Amino acid sequence: MATKTKVNRRKPGNVAEFDIRSCAQAKVNKALAADDKIALYRRMVAIRRFEERSLRAYQQGKIAGFLHLYIGQEAVATGAVSVMGAEDQVITAYRDHGHALACGMGMRECMAELFGKTTGCCKGKGGSMHLFAPEKRFWGGHGIVAGQTPLGAGIAFALKYQQKRACCLCFLGDGATNQGAFYESLNLASLWDLPVVFIIENNGYSMGTAVQRHSAGLPLTKRGTGVGMESATCNGHLIYEVRAKTAEAIARAYDQSKPTLIEVDTYRYRGHSVSDPDQTYRTKKEVEDYRKNRDPITIFREILREEEVMNDEQASSIDREIRKAAEEAARFADESPFPPTEELTRDIYWEEDNPEEKTSRGTIFFN
Amino acid sequence: MARISYREAIQQALSEEMKRDGRVFLMGEEVAQFQGSYKVTENLLEEFGSRRVIDTPISEAGFAGIGVGAAMMGLRPVIEFMFWSFTYVAFDQVFNNAANLRYMSGGLINVPLVIRGPANGGTGVGATHSQTPENFIANTPGLKVVCPATPYDVKGMMKSAIRDNDPVCVMENTLLYNEQGEVPADEYVIPLGLADIKRKGTDISLIAHGRSVITCLKAAEILESEDEINAEVVDLRSLRPLDTDTIIESVKKTNRVVLVEENKPFCGIDAQIAFMIQDRAFDWLDAPVKRVSSIDAPQIYSMPLEKLQIPDAQRVARTAREII
Repeated sequence: MATKTKVNRRKPGNVAEFDIRSCAQAKVNKALAADDKIALYRRMVAIRRFEERSLRAYQQGKIAGFLHLYIGQEAVATGAVSVMGAEDQVITAYRDHGHALACGMGMRECMAELFGKTTGCCKGKGGSMHLFAPEKRFWGGHGIVAGQTPLGAGIAFALKYQQKRACCLCFLGDGATNQGAFYESLNLASLWDLPVVFIIENNGYSMGTAVQRHSAGLPLTKRGTGVGMESATCNGHLIYEVRAKTAEAIARAYDQSKPTLIEVDTYRYRGHSVSDPDQTYRTKKEVEDYRKNRDPITIFREILREEEVMNDEQASSIDREIRKAAEEAARFADESPFPPTEELTRDIYWEEDNPEEKTSRGTIFFN
Repeated sequence: MARISYREAIQQALSEEMKRDGRVFLMGEEVAQFQGSYKVTENLLEEFGSRRVIDTPISEAGFAGIGVGAAMMGLRPVIEFMFWSFTYVAFDQVFNNAANLRYMSGGLINVPLVIRGPANGGTGVGATHSQTPENFIANTPGLKVVCPATPYDVKGMMKSAIRDNDPVCVMENTLLYNEQGEVPADEYVIPLGLADIKRKGTDISLIAHGRSVITCLKAAEILESEDEINAEVVDLRSLRPLDTDTIIESVKKTNRVVLVEENKPFCGIDAQIAFMIQDRAFDWLDAPVKRVSSIDAPQIYSMPLEKLQIPDAQRVARTAREII
């Protein structure tokens, strides 16, 4: 039985394998100034250090429930979000800290949310899997696998209805591709020409089940073929390629109001959630190979060094600065108060939160 | 006042609200070209065009989720389900997403969504098409649910539901679509959470929602003519929010209660109402609170038995006599 075999899903290559030059030449990357590149690097490092710090907080018992870390996948959210237009929107699943930070959420309110504190982005009501920042066009943070995919199509529907030149980036994992809601979303998006970009972050495992064991008819881009959707594959270890492929899809959404399905090859270093066993379905060696040979931050640092944009000293200084910020965010979260008891019954109904505009009568809470 | 059908009353409400607010659109299976599987949306495609009256494939989870996503962005979708039974394949979108988004976002998001369609048995369509999930909905903080019984009520409440900034579930009934009633020509809205005394009485309160209200009105006639019992009929109209004051006032006046619903008995809406009555009006009760619900079994297909399964006026009258 395959279930008893540890599946080595891919043989990690090394940096030289990647066609760095061609995607660096993509218009969207050529347009980057040195400062922009450093900002991208900084953001990726910020996500990693944030995640590492939150892991420590989890181990200290400061964070409840689940903690799904984005370590290893940083280039995907950072790259995709970095090519968005002013009115484009983002929605994702439960491994969402990276996307929230990429959209511009501060480390403090993000960490405080993980701690369940009132200073969190959602006042401690959503938690790790349900981060939201609509003012930053970040629509969550969704805990149920693929449950966000119709919402992403709905956001795109609204943008089209409002006649905006804008699209929605809807992220999902490889595991979500086997949910019915995802198929329905693909069909509806293609049928109605919705400006949505579905970005499958294929990190190789739906929880502990390798992609070869959960999906027939690979590659996953084929899931778009049946509904006539354009698709692309993308090396998710390479931020330039993520940017180039996402920009193409966004242009298709803008110019033709057509959806795109992108399958991004990526990898997570930590378990599905940090408390889950990590050695039952993959080997230590596999993780180490990825860390050593395909780490998106290491690769980008080397590229920036080659491009003479950033030297090692600058990189170290960025790292120190960000470690400090992550530490400061954890301190802020730790020192922040938990929400007061009355918050339990706030933010349930808009009407109850806005009594001056309330029109309904009667009892709404049955406590 | 014109006499129109329950179906026409909904159609008028949809049309008026779509005229009033460009953010309102209608989406569902067969709502456009087909003119509505129960003709509730007849002529709306012609009136508003295909941008705002949208036929969907049979993808309930997909289009329910599109409704939620569009509502987050500030549109005001009206999502029709051909039957409320079909929400069961969209459960995640309704009960996880529509219900919880505001809370989980700490109040940053609201979901001005209407989900509507019929929820009833009595039409010989078997168990999968006869679900009445108002109790699930009412059990879910974040959702509102109403069950109007008359053309007047459904029009006024549908308009309120569309203007509401929270997700509102409107449960209609295919057996009511042809029922006629007086509806004023002038615009009106009925606030959610307001019950209506459909018949004043002094001896016993028959409390109901949806089509059971009609059943109770018939039962009240029987009780008057056969037993000289003067029954009051309280139409809840809205379940969450719930007009608890009107319920309690009626109980304090009549001192006897029969709760009637077409849903199954266990954990139904009326179980909660029975609890509230004993909690708030215990000293006023002269008899135990009684309930009449559908017989506790999956909805049967065979018509003669389904007629027995759903509460009828005789069963309500019989139960009332037991406590007088």
